[in-house]
Amino acid sequence: MSIEVRVPTILRSYTGGQKVVTGSGDTLAELLTNLDAQFPGLRARLVTEEGTLHKFVNIYVNDEDVRFLGALDAKLNDGDTVTVLPAVAGGAGELGPAGGAGELGPAGGAGELGPAGGAGELGPAGRAGAEPDRG
Amino acid sequence: MLTIDASILDAIVAHARRDHPDEACGLVAGPVGSDTPTRHIPMVNAERSMTFYRFDDREYLRVAREMDDRDEEPIVIYHSHTATEAYPSRTDVSYAGWPQAHYLLVSTRDPDVTEVRSYRIVDGVVTEEPVRLLNASQDAVQRYMFGHTPVSVEYECPA
Repeated sequence: MSIEVRVPTILRSYTGGQKVVTGSGDTLAELLTNLDAQFPGLRARLVTEEGTLHKFVNIYVNDEDVRFLGALDAKLNDGDTVTVLPAVAGGAGELGPAGGAGELGPAGGAGELGPAGGAGELGPAGRAGAEPDRG
Repeated sequence: MLTIDASILDAIVAHARRDHPDEACGLVAGPVGSDTPTRHIPMVNAERSMTFYRFDDREYLRVAREMDDRDEEPIVIYHSHTATEAYPSRTDVSYAGWPQAHYLLVSTRDPDVTEVRSYRIVDGVVTEEPVRLLNASQDAVQRYMFGHTPVSVEYECPA
């Protein structure tokens, strides 16, 4: 079982400069554990302490973003290619502390609403919530 | 210092104006290690928001693969702020994942003058840098405001 993993520039310090590495695992979670054994510290850049995927990275299995394939539970097959890219996002809107406006949701999902005081709207299906103008 | 051809900057600004009041985003690819922006790639803002932007997952994967095939990397990553200054927000800084890229910010808050400023964002630290514009026309010099902090702008006008 062999999975090709393509690593972005910012993470190549963990892989000894390699752009493409090989790992194994039946799920993304297993693959990341396997990669971390080969390249210590790599997994922590991809998975938060709470055990979810970092919002600062996009991970794809072949052509699909893993958020649509079950995230860490995404199934992997021999010969799959996993691509990691740093998420490119931002904007004038500030992510506030608890109580602030919603965060950027995954593609196709609704943006998360903050607790009382958060005013993020849910967009139509398929769009992340629009943020109010925060001037 | 960011060195960029005026025609590419014009295209970036035109994109930002077109998408205003939503934030516009995109990148300019160039040969790996060259620090030279050559190929402008406007991207869809998947957030379609006046205050947030995000590269669309699928488009981004396609563009990243294409750059890889062509031995290119993102030299400039840009987005616009439509009501605030052309300075990276905390969100911008937290997402800056291409340390070798120049992060270009364009503000379209003024309808007549576009603010254009460039930054390096490495390990969470923002450093503004000068913009060197190649093949600039007089018009560009008047239509753009390149930062109001002590950064220099150099223009190379066509011979």
